Amino acid sequence: MTLTEKILARSSGKTHVRPGDNVWVNVDVLMTHDVCGPGTIGVFKREFGANAKIWDRKKVVIIPDHYIFTADAMSNRNVDILRDFANEQEIEYFYDVIDDPKGHWRFDAAKGNGQRQHGSHYSGVCHSSLALKGHNRPGEILFGTDSHTCQSGAFNQFATGIGNTDAGFILGTGKLLIKVPETMRFLFEGALPKGVMAKDVILHLIGEIGFDGATYRAMQFEGPGVASLTMDDRMTITNMAIEAGGKNGIFPCDQTTLDYVNARTAENGTKNTFTPAEIDADQSFIYDKTFDLSALEPTVACHPDPGQRKLAKEMGHVALDRAYIGSCTGGKTSDFLAFAEIVRGKTVKIDTFGVPSTTRVLEELKATQWDGKSVWNILSDAGVRLTENPGCAACLGGPVDTFGRMNAPLKCISATNRNFPGRMGHKESQVFLASPYTVAASALTGKITDPREFI
Amino acid sequence: MAKTITSKVFVVRDNIDTDQIIPAQYLALVPTIAEEYEKLGSYALIGLPDDQYPVRFVPQGEMKTPYQIVIAGRNFGCGSSREHAPIALGAAGVEAVVAESFARIFFRNCVATGELYPFDSGLRLCDIVKTGDEATLDFDHDTLTVNGNTYQLKPLGDVRPVIDAGGLFNYARQSGMIAAK
Repeated sequence: MTLTEKILARSSGKTHVRPGDNVWVNVDVLMTHDVCGPGTIGVFKREFGANAKIWDRKKVVIIPDHYIFTADAMSNRNVDILRDFANEQEIEYFYDVIDDPKGHWRFDAAKGNGQRQHGSHYSGVCHSSLALKGHNRPGEILFGTDSHTCQSGAFNQFATGIGNTDAGFILGTGKLLIKVPETMRFLFEGALPKGVMAKDVILHLIGEIGFDGATYRAMQFEGPGVASLTMDDRMTITNMAIEAGGKNGIFPCDQTTLDYVNARTAENGTKNTFTPAEIDADQSFIYDKTFDLSALEPTVACHPDPGQRKLAKEMGHVALDRAYIGSCTGGKTSDFLAFAEIVRGKTVKIDTFGVPSTTRVLEELKATQWDGKSVWNILSDAGVRLTENPGCAACLGGPVDTFGRMNAPLKCISATNRNFPGRMGHKESQVFLASPYTVAASALTGKITDPREFI
Repeated sequence: MAKTITSKVFVVRDNIDTDQIIPAQYLALVPTIAEEYEKLGSYALIGLPDDQYPVRFVPQGEMKTPYQIVIAGRNFGCGSSREHAPIALGAAGVEAVVAESFARIFFRNCVATGELYPFDSGLRLCDIVKTGDEATLDFDHDTLTVNGNTYQLKPLGDVRPVIDAGGLFNYARQSGMIAAK
């Protein structure tokens, strides 16, 4: 069996499953956020009753992150709905934006969205926070009401996005009926050359198979090249499995995985027992191809979908209005450090926005010193507009007052994950997806630029 | 469920993602709150680029669409897992989407909510049919008849009884998978 088949078999109490089988799986973690949480809670109460209890209060993780730093009253209300539910159900893992469990969240527009407005429990983008707070464990089953839930597959988990109704069903029962997907294998050899990042790997693969090339399928990443990839790299790759239509993306578990997971579960006191899925000798795949990481180059996905693959060096004719770094895909500390390497001591030529994915990233950027100056200040001095309020921000547009949102038909190069029409705001705006290196180099020149010119 | 539906069709091309079906700025609306459900319907497909889709799916100032059937190309519903997408279409009055292919989460959300019937047709009808053409969808024979031609669709199969029942919960109760309310 493939990694996905093994996890689904184990979780449904079977010795063997095959692609196409429909199985009831036991859920280890259900994650929801402020955009889909209130609807999920609504479904749960409608179907199981106003006084119903969730199946397991330690297996539900609630992470407000989408529309937080906005004056939109309905969005502020939605965070309050999450808080009421977390209190009522005694949910242990709720990363609230305010510290007062009896309070109400109201964004202060007068303070602006650059200055910190969150309390000490707040974390930021849900997928990054699952990893950081010790909720990702090898061999487990994780569902989330967000399509980029597939990111957790970096940790050898079966992880996929679902809607509110399915999530409401899980809240009441702890189970979900799912179809076992076919598996596509992407075998990595070699290591990434200078100037090329994990983002380039996944953009290359999506270009290879097409934006719907993995629809209904699992994307399994393995091979000798995996060892050279950090957990951050693997998260960037699995995050975008959905951009090829994939049901999930998954890596094997190795020492890098175990070191990360053991450190995070110890730090947060979360469950620390798990059984990784190991690679079998008898796997069968619907697609199987080898990729030499050392041959990859800085890659861009052009407007209007993530499958429009081009090399950055061929795209110098595209003039840009804006650059953006942030999100689950491109807002990690390692992403910002790569970006800072390029812009350090220089000045960006176009409007450039930076949104840390989590409060931890914010802390690390302020604490990391290069020649006596924090990376945060290096970015700020280069002209990058930064916010101290981590979250999804303009990656998905959001309410009109969202930090970095495109409210005009602009062209933006972005370290985020999706570029369908209107994704970052205005429906005639255009988004070009690229690595933090490429976004940084392009911010300096005002046109799409191969970052190797600056390294 | 009626065995046939006759309606004008609304035709869209490939890769209509969930941002075009219901733009992110409207996601603060909670689908399980009745008045917010209705509002979601009024914004259905409002993210389509105006130059490619000059006809509005839901006419300005109205809550419902005159098109009960949507015809689409490849990969309809790709992108986000937001259940607001099938719900917006269902709330606007759509009964069925007949697409060449669907993205996985959208298809599943159609079934789970019971909001609409996703016909995964394998046929590229978006090249043949125009917005405003009148079509008849026959659920018992899995056919779509439009402009005098009848097209055989792939049967809905196991998902039809779930949608007929009104979604996952009703179906699970009817079939004894979960306890009755």
